[in-house]
Amino acid sequence: MSEQSSEKFTIAALVENKPGVLNRVASLFRRRNFNMDSLTVGRTHRPFVSRMTIVVDGARTDARRIAANLYKLVNVIDVKVVSQEPHVSRDLALIKVRSDDADSRNALTLLCERYPARIVDIGAKYAIVEITAPEDVVEAMIRELDPIGIVEMVRTGVVAMGRGTRILDTEYVPQLTNSKNGNHQAYSV
Amino acid sequence: MLLTGAEIIMECLLREGVEVMFGYPGGAILPTYDAMTKYPQLHHVLVRHEQGAAHMADGYARATGRVGVAIATSGPGATNLVTGIATAMMDSSPIVCITGQVTRGAIGSDAFQETDVTGVTLPITKHNYLVDDVADLAYIIREAFHIARTGRPGPVLIDVPKDVQNAQTEFIYPEGEIRLPGYRPPTQASQDEVSAALDLINSAQRPIILAGHGIMMADAMAELRELAERAQIPVSLTLLGKGAIPENHPLVTRMMGMHGEAASNYAIQEADLIIALGMRFDDRVTGNIKTYAPNARKIHVDIDASELNKNVKVDVGIAGDVKTVLRQFLPGVKAAQHPQWIARIRDWQEDSSERDVLQVGAESKLLSAQVINDLWHFTEGNAVTITDVGQHQMVEAQYYPHQRPSTLITSGGLGTMGFGLPAAIGAKFGKPDEEVWAIVGDGGFQMTLCELATAVQENVNINIAIINNAFLGMVRQWQEFFYEERYHATPMISPDFCKLAEAYGIPSMRVTSREQVEESVKFARSINGPKLIEYVVEKEEIVYPMVPAGADLHNMIRRPKPGEEVKS
Repeated sequence: MSEQSSEKFTIAALVENKPGVLNRVASLFRRRNFNMDSLTVGRTHRPFVSRMTIVVDGARTDARRIAANLYKLVNVIDVKVVSQEPHVSRDLALIKVRSDDADSRNALTLLCERYPARIVDIGAKYAIVEITAPEDVVEAMIRELDPIGIVEMVRTGVVAMGRGTRILDTEYVPQLTNSKNGNHQAYSV
Repeated sequence: MLLTGAEIIMECLLREGVEVMFGYPGGAILPTYDAMTKYPQLHHVLVRHEQGAAHMADGYARATGRVGVAIATSGPGATNLVTGIATAMMDSSPIVCITGQVTRGAIGSDAFQETDVTGVTLPITKHNYLVDDVADLAYIIREAFHIARTGRPGPVLIDVPKDVQNAQTEFIYPEGEIRLPGYRPPTQASQDEVSAALDLINSAQRPIILAGHGIMMADAMAELRELAERAQIPVSLTLLGKGAIPENHPLVTRMMGMHGEAASNYAIQEADLIIALGMRFDDRVTGNIKTYAPNARKIHVDIDASELNKNVKVDVGIAGDVKTVLRQFLPGVKAAQHPQWIARIRDWQEDSSERDVLQVGAESKLLSAQVINDLWHFTEGNAVTITDVGQHQMVEAQYYPHQRPSTLITSGGLGTMGFGLPAAIGAKFGKPDEEVWAIVGDGGFQMTLCELATAVQENVNINIAIINNAFLGMVRQWQEFFYEERYHATPMISPDFCKLAEAYGIPSMRVTSREQVEESVKFARSINGPKLIEYVVEKEEIVYPMVPAGADLHNMIRRPKPGEEVKS
């Protein structure tokens, strides 16, 4: 099974963990008229580095052009189009579904056996289903949950990582200044 | 040494080799202005509008290759810089703008004269900073200058809250390498790229080089000339590429594009190889992208990787410094002759000269082409010219051939009216020994004419040539061609420019006939300080040739030859 439908590209970017970097990336996509499917950002094991995963519609924009533009941003340390090579990608969704009768609860239990999903909260009226899977698998489960009655949903957007020895990392340690309270720290701009 | 933020700004500017700053004071930048009194070696030029400060810094940067500095206060001071910053961004001009900001505690409270300046300028700067701690200031200024002048140059803005300017810290100038992990401008081509390019160059029958601004920014004039001469490759220039190679060089076909030479445009359309160096295939250069250079393989060398395959798909795209890459090419470039190809270009050039307005226009009225070509003649083609935007700009590009790099300063990418006068003031500060001519239209001049007072206060020795046709001429031309001659909002009533000059205490002269042009140059050269010459020209001139926006590059509207039917 392919990790993603073919016209979508997944780009991973290592960025400096400074305020405003997300804004710079979002602004770039807006002003270059690049179409963004999803963007996630989170910390890495390195304190000064965050990682973004951006899914773009490759039919509308050349992924290499987006990568070249991202790389131009001073705060972007490295960029890789991870979907060009073998990779793992995951999207997480929390889906609140009707569970106020036996049929719906049975249907949910069966679905959670067939999908990498579980029921993380259940009440008299509604249950919350959590699924962590490639994006198209999440989409498939949502389609199956729909007839039961979805009342609320939240998704993280895709995160992705190259398989095997394909490592996107940096040795980056920022310039440390003799900043606040005499402590050496990375300056925050 | 314990210094305030404001003093640290001055110390850092000195260490960056800054000699002049263009700016306008105000509440949030006052600590920095006060610190200037302790640093008399940093000359401050008081502008009359912050847009002028940005254009002056830009003009200074383009004239010298060094970083220009503009300073403004928060809020309106900073937003007035915006047009100038966008102009510098589009034309890759290295400037650093320092703006005051409200105190850190007041940020986000809609304080008096507060604007989110880093937010406003984010898309039009190469990078920008909001300084949060005085201890960071020296690092940031050093980074800002580094980013502005290296790679593909561009504007960098530093927003400094007033309390950061006042705060004290131990000043230790950050020596050593600048650590910017995400900023690594490309340098050279890979061996594969070099051989791929050389295969194309050495086998081409109808090659043409498209030389842009990047040649001059990379100081690659000698390498360009070597390549062109050894392989006998014609060279066409972008507007900002003028000066990359002497324009009287026999291989040069001069400007390309919308108002370029017909020979350049025909040659591009018939070429079997395009070697694009330090240019970016702007739509004003390509015309209809679908029919652009249909027969040509394409090599593109640019320092900005994101320019490769952006507008035009190329066969060999090389992200690198054009001087370094050309030096990699040269050992493998074989001597060649392309006599038929060059003869074909000569024929197009012959045809153009038969249509030349200087040959055709034996009319009684003074034409802008005559004025500018005579200015070229009487200044021995050796002046630094700064233009505004519009018809006179294109006429300058056509009728003032430039022999030396960085002697034409013009707003190409953004096309900023009002650029000319302030940019000329900045350029003169950068090149005090050169003869500087601001060639402006009556429209653009009036957008920033307040800077006449700046020129007077600083006694800047510049020549201001107003080409007055009483119209927004280029817009009028479009209305004539594409809007059935409905001249709406283009006729212009202007003040008496000579009286205006007099009010500023500026000597002036009005030229209404061709005979007076030589006299006007003598007049200009007789005065040390700003002077203004108004050239009253024919109202309804047309800049030929013209590739209508979006049309095929070879489908130019041409000036009729003598005896030819005028296109109705």
